[in-house]
Amino acid sequence: MIGFQYSRAQDIADAVRQLAAQPSAKFIAGGTNLIDLMKQDVERPSRLIDISRLPLKSVEETASGGLRIGALVPNSDLAYHPLITQRYPMVASAILAGASAQLRNMASTGGNLLQRTRCFYFYDTATPCNKREPGSGCSAIVGLNRMHAILGTSESCIATHPSDLCVALAALDATVHVAGPAGTRVIAFDDFHRLPGNAPQSDTTLQRGEIVTAVELPHQGFATHHTYLKIRDRLSYAFALVSVAAGLELEGDTIKEARLALGGVAHKPWRDPTAETALRGQAASQSTFAGAADIVLQDAKGYDHNRFKIDLARRAIVRALTQAAAGTPQVQSSKKIA
Amino acid sequence: MTRISPQGRSEGIVAVPEKIPVAITVNGVARQLKLAPWTTLLDTLRDHLDLTGTKKGCDHGQCGACTVLVDGRRINSCLALAVMQDGASVTTIEGLATDGMLHALQQAFIDHDAFQCGYCTPGQICSAAGLLAEGRATSAEEIRELMSGNICRCGAYPNIVAAIQQAMGQS
Repeated sequence: MIGFQYSRAQDIADAVRQLAAQPSAKFIAGGTNLIDLMKQDVERPSRLIDISRLPLKSVEETASGGLRIGALVPNSDLAYHPLITQRYPMVASAILAGASAQLRNMASTGGNLLQRTRCFYFYDTATPCNKREPGSGCSAIVGLNRMHAILGTSESCIATHPSDLCVALAALDATVHVAGPAGTRVIAFDDFHRLPGNAPQSDTTLQRGEIVTAVELPHQGFATHHTYLKIRDRLSYAFALVSVAAGLELEGDTIKEARLALGGVAHKPWRDPTAETALRGQAASQSTFAGAADIVLQDAKGYDHNRFKIDLARRAIVRALTQAAAGTPQVQSSKKIA
Repeated sequence: MTRISPQGRSEGIVAVPEKIPVAITVNGVARQLKLAPWTTLLDTLRDHLDLTGTKKGCDHGQCGACTVLVDGRRINSCLALAVMQDGASVTTIEGLATDGMLHALQQAFIDHDAFQCGYCTPGQICSAAGLLAEGRATSAEEIRELMSGNICRCGAYPNIVAAIQQAMGQS
């Protein structure tokens, strides 16, 4: 870790002002990813602006029947918040599928959105990586790419977004509230993270100087028919090979509304509107689910070590939709996949 | 430690940061320190306060050996900057026993032989203390899941779970 200066933000406006005054500075909240990246010399901020004391720690109901989650609500507090466990259990389950109890106590909601990929080459400053050092090349495309993406990749980058929470937020059509030098704005979740294209150094569409202040969930939480199914190399405390957030609204056996988002397969939580459309109006059956999975994966592309992910994702989608339809969501402390 | 930020990301020479006053209460004792901003809570405990019970394992938040309680919540002290903990109350393995009596978890780890080399044990016990305070785990399955942030390379897991179950029965 290189030396840096430290200051505290007094309020949101002060945080934005401090970052504008020193563009090579970074905000720090939970620090669970940033401090690690600084120890690896991947991140080298000249200053850390501590935002952890800003009043962004509440979970409030919105006038439209949704929920506004402050950017500094710790992951563990959010996972066990009564409004989340009752109305958005998919969010609680996704959070508890990730990291460890200690890390969830530290990590913030906003920080979870902004965590970087865990691609080995991004972390290893001795190797080329377009995300870390634009133009240097991608080591993963021809290297050890077992953990890497199968959808939406580019010749520049095949990294995945590592978050579990974000997969559930994508499925639920959350929005991200941000503040910046030009004022505040609201970003649709699908527009918040981006595909690598030829600029993999940008994970998000956040503009220079902007700070995440809240995440908002709309009314519909799919509390009756949902699941978060995470498939990984060990049974706890590991990043996803493939994960699936599924939410269904059923009328008898017929699917009225369907949400499907995948983690571990792309540079962002992966939604496929065509697959969701294909589910609507159909019977909640294995053949319907398999059809949706085929649509999601029709353009999937495997690399030397991750081709297995295509079939794994197909099976995980069918399994997740089956769990959601049956109202038997995956329990994260249970190692049996129903 | 400070050097010019390389690769064009600098804004010129970074001034040498000053040490920053930090007031933390550790195991009930108020401490006033002056620390460089990059000093982790783990290094503060071990190198500045001579509390070496808290262990440095991976130093990347992956092994849990550095687990301590900050304001009653278990965290990885290797990923926490001390300057950000100003005003906090920290409990380490050295602060769990009271009046010469072992904490129920310490006694349970002895009773169940819940360690071999012992290097992960302070982190395991502090993490388990956090687990008991949270009150989310009841079954062995839930204990295993919510203790997954603490790695034991000797593989004492069955005995660790048994020790936590014993302490849980007493709390």
